[in-house]
Parts: sequence; C-alpha cells; structure tokens
Amino acid sequence: MTAIAASPGRSNLQRFLSGYGQEIVVFLSIIALFVVVGAINPRFLSDTNINSIFAGNAYIAIAAIGMSMIIIAGHIDVSVGALIGVIATIAGTLAVSGYPIWVAWLVPILFSIAVNAGVGALVAYTRIPSIVVTLGMLSILKGGLISLTAGEWITDMPPEFMIAQMRPFGIPAAVYFMVALTILAALFMRYTDFGRSIYAVGGNMEAARAAGINPERTVVGVFALHGLFAGVAGILFATQLQVIQSTVPPNLELTVITASVIGGVSILGGTGTVIGSTLAAILFACIGSALIFLNVSAYWLRAVLGLMILATVLADMARRRRAK
Amino acid sequence: MTASKLLRHETILAVLTVIALAVLASLSDKFFTPENLLNQGRLMAEVGLVALAMTFVIVTGGIDLSVGSILGLTAILLGVFWKNLGLPLPAAIVLALACGTFAGWINGFIITRFGVPPLIATLATLALYRGLAEGISEARSVRGYPEWFFFFGQGEVLGVPFQLWLLGLATVIAAVILGLTPFGRATYAIGANETAARFSGIRVDATKLWIYTAAGFCSALAAVIFVSRVTTTRSDMGTGLELDVITGVVLGGTSIFGGRGTIIGTVLGLILIQALKNGLALSGVKGDGTIVVIGLVLIGAILAGALFDKNRGG
Repeated sequence: MTAIAASPGRSNLQRFLSGYGQEIVVFLSIIALFVVVGAINPRFLSDTNINSIFAGNAYIAIAAIGMSMIIIAGHIDVSVGALIGVIATIAGTLAVSGYPIWVAWLVPILFSIAVNAGVGALVAYTRIPSIVVTLGMLSILKGGLISLTAGEWITDMPPEFMIAQMRPFGIPAAVYFMVALTILAALFMRYTDFGRSIYAVGGNMEAARAAGINPERTVVGVFALHGLFAGVAGILFATQLQVIQSTVPPNLELTVITASVIGGVSILGGTGTVIGSTLAAILFACIGSALIFLNVSAYWLRAVLGLMILATVLADMARRRRAK
Repeated sequence: MTASKLLRHETILAVLTVIALAVLASLSDKFFTPENLLNQGRLMAEVGLVALAMTFVIVTGGIDLSVGSILGLTAILLGVFWKNLGLPLPAAIVLALACGTFAGWINGFIITRFGVPPLIATLATLALYRGLAEGISEARSVRGYPEWFFFFGQGEVLGVPFQLWLLGLATVIAAVILGLTPFGRATYAIGANETAARFSGIRVDATKLWIYTAAGFCSALAAVIFVSRVTTTRSDMGTGLELDVITGVVLGGTSIFGGRGTIIGTVLGLILIQALKNGLALSGVKGDGTIVVIGLVLIGAILAGALFDKNRGG
C-alpha cells in the first residue's frame, strides 16, 4: 500500500507496480512453480494435489492475515502457533462434550479475541514490547495446554463439526474462508478509517497521534482483529483432520510470520498488504508439495524456506536503498 | 540509565530469587540439597552460556532468534565430521565450533552490511540453520562417542560440574567486558542511540559483528556440552532455546529496546527461572505447568518494571 504515497505524474500501471511489487513477485513465483514442476511431474497438477495444497494450508494463510495487520501496526506476535493449538483443543473438547456445534465454533473464537485484546491492552498501555508480552503468552498457552490435556488426542468429533472438510460445490470450505477473508481484510485495510489508522500507527505513532488517531485504541483493536483471524484459523486447523493432537503445532508461528514478511509486509511497520501474505502462504505450501514431487528430500524444506526469506529480505532492503 | 536505577532492578530480582528459593526449599526437602543444586547448575549451563552473549546482543538493541538453530547445526556437524568424515573427535569439535561461530558471523554480516533488522535476519537464519541441520542429518542421530568426550557434559572438577566452571568463567569474562571495557561502553552506546554512537566515532558495525559472532560461538559451545551431556546428536537439539534465553535476559532487566542491562541481572534471571522449573517440579507441579509460571513471571516482572519506571519518571 505504498501506492498511497506514489508521486503524481506516473502512470497508473507504474503506480500499481510500485505499490504491489512484492505481491506480483510472489504471484509470478507461484505460477512459475506450477508450470515448471507440472512439466516435470504432471501429477503435481492433479485435482487431489492442488486441493490438498490449498485446503491444507488455508489456516496458515488466514492466520497470516492477522499477523500482517499486527506487523503493519509495528508489532509482532510469537504466540500465535500456541494460540491456534489451544483454540483447536477447546473447539474439539466442546464438540465431543455434546455442546451445539455453533458453540464449539464460536466460543474458541471469542476466547481468542479476548486473549489477544488483553495482549493488545498490555502492549498499548504499559508500553511493554509486544515480543516480550507474546513470549510470555506463548509460555502460558503452551504450558497450560499440555498440563490441562496431558497431550491426549481428541477423536470421534461429530461430522457436522468438521467445517474444514465440507466441500460446497466441490471446493473445500477452507478455501472459501481463505479467499473471502483475504478480500474482506484487504478492503478493510484500504478503505476504512480503522484500516488506514493501522498503517499510520505502524508508520509513525506520534505522527498518527498528532493526526487525531488514538494509537492505543488502534493497537488493542488490531490485536483483537488478529485474535479473530487466529480463531478462524484454529477452527479450520481443528477440523481438517479426524484427530486433534492437543499440542502446539511446531514452528507454526514462524511459518505465519514468514508468510507475512515474504508477502511484502515490512517488519519495520507501516507497509504491506494482506493479499501478499496470503499469496506467500500459498507459495510455501506449493514449495513444500513441489519438493515432494521433485523427489527432493523433505528434510531440506526448511533450509529452502530460510534461503527464501533471506533472499526476499535482502531484495527488499536493496529496493529501499534505491528508493532513497 | 544511572547506576542506581540499574541496581534497583537487580536488587528486586535478587530479593525475588531469594524468596523463590526459600519458598521452594520449604515446599520440598529435596530442593535445597547440594546434589540437586549442582545438578540444576549443570542443566542451566547451556542456556546460560548463550544468555551471556544474548545480553550483549539485546543491549545493542538487537535480537538473535537463531541461537537454538546454531546449536542444532553445530551438534549435527560435530556428529558428521566425526562419524561420517572420520575426523578425530578433537578436530571434529574444533571444526564444529568454528562452523557455529561462522554461522553467528553470517548473522552479524547480514545485519551490519545490508542493514536488515536483526529480528528478520535471524528469523531467516533460524529457519536456514535448522533446515541445514535437518537436511544434512536426514533425521539420523549419531551415537557411540568415546568415554572421554562425556567429561564436558557429565564430568566434575572438585565436585562441581565441569560446565558450571565454564559458565562461571564465561560470566566473569562477559561481566568484565560489558562493565569495564571500551567495548562494553560502545555496546551500551549503540543500544542507547546508534546514530549518535556512529557520529561519536564508535565502530558500530565492527562491534555488532563481534557480538553476533560471539553469540554464534557461545551457541556452538553450548552444543558441544549438550551433546556430551545427552550422549547423542539429533537435528532438533536446541529447538526453542532462543525463547528460554531471551526470557532469562529480559527477566534480568535488560531492556528489549537496548541501551540497558547487566550480566549480573541475566545470571539472576537465569537462576530464578531454573529454580522455579526445578522447585515446582519437585513440589509436584507437572512439568509443563512450570512453563506457565515462567510466562507469568516474565510478564509480571516486566510489568512491575514498567510501572516502577513510570512512577519514577512522572
């Protein structure tokens, strides 16, 4: 959304390219990946595989939308993986305890919003850095989860609870959620006062205050919103398999943060879009799947991801330097 | 930023630690025994070594999330150099230490040369180094180290675990460098105001490069001790180490914004965490319940510090 500051006199196309540069790069990478890997191994393009890439990773993309908002506001949340684990466990427990399905879906989401609003309030009003608060929250959620559930798996959930496995018109429900939430969030960030105030606060907190924005309220709001997205992600995560493992999914927070950053959200705050983070989450999923189809050992997946983050960040820094 | 203010936080922390020790001792008679305390010291050494370097990193206003991955990578390389390449074990140790140190240097190079924010640079290398460890090892573990190697992780000197001596020595060195040398003053100056430090002729980039390299070296050293203590090498070693380390450093009063912090504070923070973990476990709290307490203590301590600061300032 750096397009807002684009100078007059440039063509619309140029403005579009400079505003969405990173998103376009990620999008083209996805296309290139499909073409190249599909040419080498056509099974990569089979319906089953494409469905599993999109449906199996939609929750990561949705969590990355909230994370992008947090990072745009100049903060970070390292507890999101633990939170998603907790949400999934609460949802599963409610579902097998005979509560109505809508309760099992809604209560964990409200819990997630409440927890994150609390984190946001701590960050906004006490000025404790978000990395410290969410580091503490990570310990609390993770420890609480394991000590309360003793790592017992939840199984035999009612079929009508499994929202991620539903397939209206043959497309997995998780994909609808991912697309709809990405579009809604993108419109929200671009066209509402609150969305714009998130950019303003991340760009320069004091300037935002001088412009009449209440930065504290914005930070609490953006954390609560992040809680909403994490909540939906948690429900999809809970319902995509027949079993909930009652543990914290390893490295999930890292994957989510990485998706935001590769998608073009500057870790310095103030710039980036949620479309980019969704595209980046899809790109990761494609790379993971492509490595398998190319017979590259899955053990190298993380090294590839690490190199990608590094390359993206270095390119971003180079571009900034040129822009100066 | 005055000395009295620094001492304040550490005094609070010291009192808190003493209270925690007293309460834990009264909850379980197994807690305050020499064997238990020495054993806890043994368990603390790996996190402790890394936390000393991390204190420098955070005082400059930076962060290093990749320390756990450097530990994992060094451990794997140690196994590979010795078992797969057939190098003599001492050579493998030295070479693995060098690689871990180099991994830290790369962090520093990316941060200083390209101006990448440390959080992002080390997030990337966290994934990269762990990925290399996983790729190189392909999830195979290395066992069967010779008996003498276990001295580093399990041996004792004068009745005290070897690594506790090492941690003690490293603590003194770190405290002297940070507190008494021009290098230490440069570290604080960078954290307080990097631009000002640059204009007053401090070699900002060189200082930072040294500090991230040192963090790599400490992580590598911790890796050798870890492998020696648990007698096996696995690629997931040190996962989550960065969180334990940062918690200890921040609990010790080092400001996450940089410019403030001491080695004594870090050591107190580490002792408090280790005592809580062990004491609660001994008094019947299940393993993971203790993590909750650590999270609460972390937020509580920082909150208390923030409120305290506000009252003093206003």
